[in-house]
Amino acid sequence: MYAQMVRSTGTGLKSADEMSAKERAFQARIDAGEKIEPKDWMPEGYRKTLIRQIGQHAHSEIVGQLPEGNWITRAPTLERKAILLAKVQDEAGHGLYLYCAAETLGVSRDEMTEMLLDGRMKYSSIFNYPTLTWADMGAVGWLVDGAAIMNQVPLQRTSFGPYSRAMIRVCKEESFHQRQGFDIMMKMAQGNAQQKAMAQDALNRFWYPALMMFGPSDKDSVHSAQSMAWKIKMNTNDELRQKFVDQTVPQAEYLGLTVPDENLTWNEEKGGYDFSEPDWEEFFEVIKGNGPCNTDRLAARNKAWDDGAWVREGMMAHAEKKRARKMAAE
Amino acid sequence: MKTEWPLWEIFIRGQHGLSHRHVGSLHAPDAEMAIKNARDVYTRRNEGVSIWVVEAAQITASSPSDKGPMYEPSESKVYRHPSFYDIPEDVGAM
Amino acid sequence: MSRDAAFYEFLLRMGDNTLILGHRVSEWCGHAPVLEEDIALANTALDLIGQTQMWLGLAAEVQGEGKSADDLAFLRDAWDFRNLLLVEMPNGDFGQTLMRQFLFDAWHVLQLRALTGSSDERVAAIAAKAVKEATYHLERSAETVVGLGDGTAESHARMQAALDYLYPYVGEMFLSDAVDAALVEAGIAPDPASLRADYDETLARVLGEATLTLPEARRARGGGRDGKMHTEHLGHLLTTMQWMQRAYPGATW
Repeated sequence: MYAQMVRSTGTGLKSADEMSAKERAFQARIDAGEKIEPKDWMPEGYRKTLIRQIGQHAHSEIVGQLPEGNWITRAPTLERKAILLAKVQDEAGHGLYLYCAAETLGVSRDEMTEMLLDGRMKYSSIFNYPTLTWADMGAVGWLVDGAAIMNQVPLQRTSFGPYSRAMIRVCKEESFHQRQGFDIMMKMAQGNAQQKAMAQDALNRFWYPALMMFGPSDKDSVHSAQSMAWKIKMNTNDELRQKFVDQTVPQAEYLGLTVPDENLTWNEEKGGYDFSEPDWEEFFEVIKGNGPCNTDRLAARNKAWDDGAWVREGMMAHAEKKRARKMAAE
Repeated sequence: MKTEWPLWEIFIRGQHGLSHRHVGSLHAPDAEMAIKNARDVYTRRNEGVSIWVVEAAQITASSPSDKGPMYEPSESKVYRHPSFYDIPEDVGAM
Repeated sequence: MSRDAAFYEFLLRMGDNTLILGHRVSEWCGHAPVLEEDIALANTALDLIGQTQMWLGLAAEVQGEGKSADDLAFLRDAWDFRNLLLVEMPNGDFGQTLMRQFLFDAWHVLQLRALTGSSDERVAAIAAKAVKEATYHLERSAETVVGLGDGTAESHARMQAALDYLYPYVGEMFLSDAVDAALVEAGIAPDPASLRADYDETLARVLGEATLTLPEARRARGGGRDGKMHTEHLGHLLTTMQWMQRAYPGATW
């Protein structure tokens, strides 16, 4: 799952003259395709931007467990239950890998978690939309994971070593996620009238939120030039969105479903589809906390954290007792 | 009370005969739980036959600024590599 | 009772235990106290769902009415279920979930170990696969019970409360009836009572390390494995689990 960057505190792109010698050498390493490792010198802006981006990405995985987790207990067959559970479990794993990557930059997982819980850090807007029917498990896998993969594949080449390695592992594991979603959609699209209607309804609700996952239009996206120079961001938002639409529309046609966009037309000249922009006002409202599920999602994360405190403390207390007993025995 | 579980680095032997390889990290209260967590987190796809865990704080790493003195001297020792020697093909496999 | 009828009952008992417990454990996904535990619980649930597919698959085969494991899981009514009451008990807090898991795992391992020597090859094969999974479940749940029992004052109190709440349901594991008699006779499964001594030994060892006290034995609360009287909790679980299959009869997913 992917977190679109909506705020950035990094400064604008510096020219070579404005950079210090250290910054110039750092940029030269990135330009040469070298990976930056945690103990290497790095500009403070690079470190901060990475913590925010990897943190948002990790939070998105964890919050992203909720809309799909919502259907694990209602999955229609044993096999579907197992597949969905394995998939949502993978999201937890991906969150874990990403938190660990961010931790190499000197911020702990607990610190990041607290920033998520009190709203200082964000997660992807898509997870503030509800999953209302089983077809949403199909739509989320197909569209949301499809959009996420489009972002994550290039991030395997990102300049920060731990992030790049986490993304390689994530991409390898995610390869079944989109397929299982499309598989659900296929079954429903070939099913009875109720199932078809459910599938179309899910596409209608998730289409524009999926397009929003790539973040605001390039012309409104702040500081992406610096992130691209640092190879923290590999493609522009609009490039990826176009690629996603071009790939997804034929898949919808294959399913016999209608993409909910009257303006959708093939543009021979650019070799891609023309399509309607999502409602960016809605997007910024959701980011601000006013989406359909923001309150519930954060409440669920807060509850898990608060209810789990005694467990984390208890296990740690036992480990310390054990260590003390071992020391005493030696 | 600060109760964050320590960070552990996880090394997994993927197949019999191979070395353990660093696969990532995780949190656990102690070494025994770190091994169990590693089993649950890092071998979900049948990736391992053996696990090592090391508390991250216990690892001593070389400093990146020493990269020159640490590693470049070995670059000139070309005679350590088999490709340094020209052996005629007639000699056969060597 | 005919041998096939008893065999079918037995397979439901095995499959319903893993089905209902797997379902319960899966309810945690996304809500556990720490990511590592979230992932571990999902692994346990996945193992149990996998075992369910095998046990109920075989049950459907033995039943011989052309049904599938899914039909048995999603289209039977509460009184048809043959799981132990213990596994349908609600999750409660994380401690109650792990205590329930430990109390079940300790029995499950013994039962599966015995079943690897079953006279029925299909049962022995399922048990051989499942016993490896269950052995790991037990290691993990036991270690967590010890960690939390011997942790802070609060974690100790919560674990003791969980044990007090769940222990009355343990006795059902060792009750015998005509089904068991027929299975013992056929060499398919062990006499439940024969597992009790080893079970008590595991409990004494782990709960001792956990500094927890076994409550005084009360009358075993039964009614699950023979279907005579489930708890009220099962109906709610089934309402959720079976909803799709009930709401859209005959649809394929």
